[in-house]
Amino acid sequence: MTQTQADDLRPTTAEPVVLMRGISIEFPGVKALQDVDLTLRPGEVHALMGENGAGKSTLIKALTGVYTPDAGTTTLNGVQVAFHGPAAAQSAGISTVYQEVNLCSNLSVAENILLGREPRRLGGIDGRAMRARSAEVLARMGLDVDPASILSSHPIAIQQLVAIARAVEIDSRVLILDEPTSSLDADEVAELFRVIRSLRDEGVAIVFVSHFLEQVFEISDRMTVLRNGRVVGEYATAELTRLELVSAMLGREMDLLEEIERAVAESAPSDATDTPLVRVTGLGRTGAIEPFDLTIRAGEVVGLAGLLGSGRTELARLLFAADRADAGHVEVDGRPLRLRGPRSAIAAGIAFCSEDRKGEGLVADLSIRDNLVLAMQAARGWARPIPRRTKDELVEKYIEALDIRPGNPDALIGNLSGGNQQKVLLARWLVTEPRLLILDEPTRGIDVGAKAQIQKLVADLAAGGMAVLYISAELEEVVRLSDRVVVLRDHRKIAELDGRDVSVSDVMALIASGDQADHRSGGTERKAS
Amino acid sequence: MKAAQLPTRPEGAAPVATSRPARRRTPVPTRFLPVIATFVLFVAMFGVGSVRYEGFASGQVVANLFIDNAFLIVLAVGMTFVILTGGIDLSVGSVVALSTMVAAAGLQAGWSAPLTILAVLAMGSGFGLLMGLVIHYFEIQPFIVTLAGLFLARGLCYVISVESIPIKDDTFRSIATGVIELPGGTVITPSVVIALVVVAVAAYVLHLTRFGRTVYAVGGSESSARLMGLATARAKVGVYVISGFCSALAGLLFSFYMLSGYSLHAVGMELDAIAAVVIGGTLLSGGVGLVVGSLLGVLVLGTIQTFISFEGTLSSWWTKIAIGTLLLIFIVMQRLFVGRKA
Repeated sequence: MTQTQADDLRPTTAEPVVLMRGISIEFPGVKALQDVDLTLRPGEVHALMGENGAGKSTLIKALTGVYTPDAGTTTLNGVQVAFHGPAAAQSAGISTVYQEVNLCSNLSVAENILLGREPRRLGGIDGRAMRARSAEVLARMGLDVDPASILSSHPIAIQQLVAIARAVEIDSRVLILDEPTSSLDADEVAELFRVIRSLRDEGVAIVFVSHFLEQVFEISDRMTVLRNGRVVGEYATAELTRLELVSAMLGREMDLLEEIERAVAESAPSDATDTPLVRVTGLGRTGAIEPFDLTIRAGEVVGLAGLLGSGRTELARLLFAADRADAGHVEVDGRPLRLRGPRSAIAAGIAFCSEDRKGEGLVADLSIRDNLVLAMQAARGWARPIPRRTKDELVEKYIEALDIRPGNPDALIGNLSGGNQQKVLLARWLVTEPRLLILDEPTRGIDVGAKAQIQKLVADLAAGGMAVLYISAELEEVVRLSDRVVVLRDHRKIAELDGRDVSVSDVMALIASGDQADHRSGGTERKAS
Repeated sequence: MKAAQLPTRPEGAAPVATSRPARRRTPVPTRFLPVIATFVLFVAMFGVGSVRYEGFASGQVVANLFIDNAFLIVLAVGMTFVILTGGIDLSVGSVVALSTMVAAAGLQAGWSAPLTILAVLAMGSGFGLLMGLVIHYFEIQPFIVTLAGLFLARGLCYVISVESIPIKDDTFRSIATGVIELPGGTVITPSVVIALVVVAVAAYVLHLTRFGRTVYAVGGSESSARLMGLATARAKVGVYVISGFCSALAGLLFSFYMLSGYSLHAVGMELDAIAAVVIGGTLLSGGVGLVVGSLLGVLVLGTIQTFISFEGTLSSWWTKIAIGTLLLIFIVMQRLFVGRKA
């Protein structure tokens, strides 16, 4: 269990530790994985790449026994295995550290490392031996953490490293890191990478899943690229350029998206001399977003770009009056509007699709039909129920128009895929015929095909005269769709660009500009491939 | 083609804690604070009582706290297990009543005392096991399942008898009237010894066995505990078995205390037990708490009652008012405590 044993594992050959061959998994209506191969070698960091919905997490879950594949074989050190749950995979030496730290924050660091395998003495758990053992593991990873301290007293980054320490203690031969860096800052990422490298050098096979390309190029030795549930290829990181990786990840979807781009470029926004649909002056809320000006015309797509936490959602919520502004005012059609709450915003023709689909959008236990008519019913008031026939007509129309699957109006929305849920939410607002549609991360966590469909829909809506405020972390989407791009940083609007001439790198440069970016590049060595 | 992804988030773009963990060991870990608060409260109340009333500050008054509340201590211990997993057991009061009924009826029917005691304990554990299985495997909220248990157990009492059944068995009577003399002239009953043994065993199980640590882990995060490969099902069902066992044992202690079985015994006692656990610093959301805290919680409740009896003129309903106020204060304190952590 200690250093010596781990040293024995040091790779002398490149004999794979895990071989997955021909893995297929099908969910109702979706082929999540089709004939996927994955090869993990000891002493290697293997990146699993692909867009959201490409099948990365499904593949990981197939490996760790959360899902049982419909077809295909998995061998571990040449022996065919089939795990019936994460516990079984773990005892076979395959550990996973998830994006959300899956530990018990109410217990001590030592307990979290050793829970279930506590050393015992005289019929009881030996607390001292437990602390000593975990101190040993932590020291081996170069971590300076008091094993007796409660886990919740440490920042997320440390908690994540403790989760890795737990995997190290189990003496895992395969360590899966699912988006381990998404909540870490640059220094913490450097710390994590140091630990990853030392584990790799001890002969652990590491699977690294991340959507940060730079990090993937920095840490990985090899990568498997997935697209739409199929393997595009396996590459040695050193032999792949970033451009090649991106085109492998996006594939033919890019053609479809470029088509949208052309369509957007051709559609002419209404004349700048028109009265803008919405004009916002000095709207702001302390702690959420500094006062900003914004005008949106009918038929225009305005994109909001910025990093997570830059104030994108806060801006949208102010405009929809989901949060109360403490400065500034809003004009609609040139007339001042007092936004008292979402009801008054809806009455003014503003609709808001929240980024938090589950929490602020869907009612998971209701059917597609009921979810779809919610906003319309709210607009009519409770005293005027919508006739069943009208409902059915509406639902049928939108299921067809947005290609919602399954097309059964009585299906519970909780059972739909993310993309289809998003379409139902969109349809919910479209039936109220809004004039300004605010979309907050409409394509997050949905598959590539649905992403393209939703973007196409946004382009079509704008062409039909609707104004759209489009918020997304995916800069390409924002740039592709928008007539104008508003850039936010640190809760402040820092620029407004004409979407026609702007490129993703322009926007990135703006986001990264300023002293903070300088500070970051000084903070860690991060080399591109 | 355009570049594909966002660059790594610059520092300060989203709040991320970067502080290094404190290396110094704080003299008192924060998890002990609520228990210490309860202890301080208990001592303070006792101090006030000693100043106000003559004869309050005697060893026997303390001993009486234990004697009069031995069954509640046992009940609170079982409840602590359940609440630590994030559950709740509303059935315990009714199971106490049912236990007194089964004991009294069994003895009346001519069962021997040991057989009766075994039967009662098996009945309570089995009752808890049943509720635990339903809660875990059908994924139903503990509140509802144990509420059903509350009605069921209370109803079963009336099936046995609507009248109070006196207990005339010699063994029961000798345990009931037996006293153990402590140095200094203070006397306690065998029930007190049983209750304290239960507390000690519970503390051992919770802190020094894998089962106990799994109970805490489940209360902290059930899904994490499962992903860590812990026996969560065993812990989740097990706590209801323990609570059922403790309820039956408390029922036996209660029948020693009352020397009768009656359907209306221990009405609302589940709420006293929950109150004691919460006042003892256990978080209702689970994962945090000590069994010693629950013992102190019971003593605090007992002290309030002692106050009322020493005062003489106060209505006994003041007990409820005091308990209500204390509960509110402790729950608000817990909220602040948890809020500060988050």
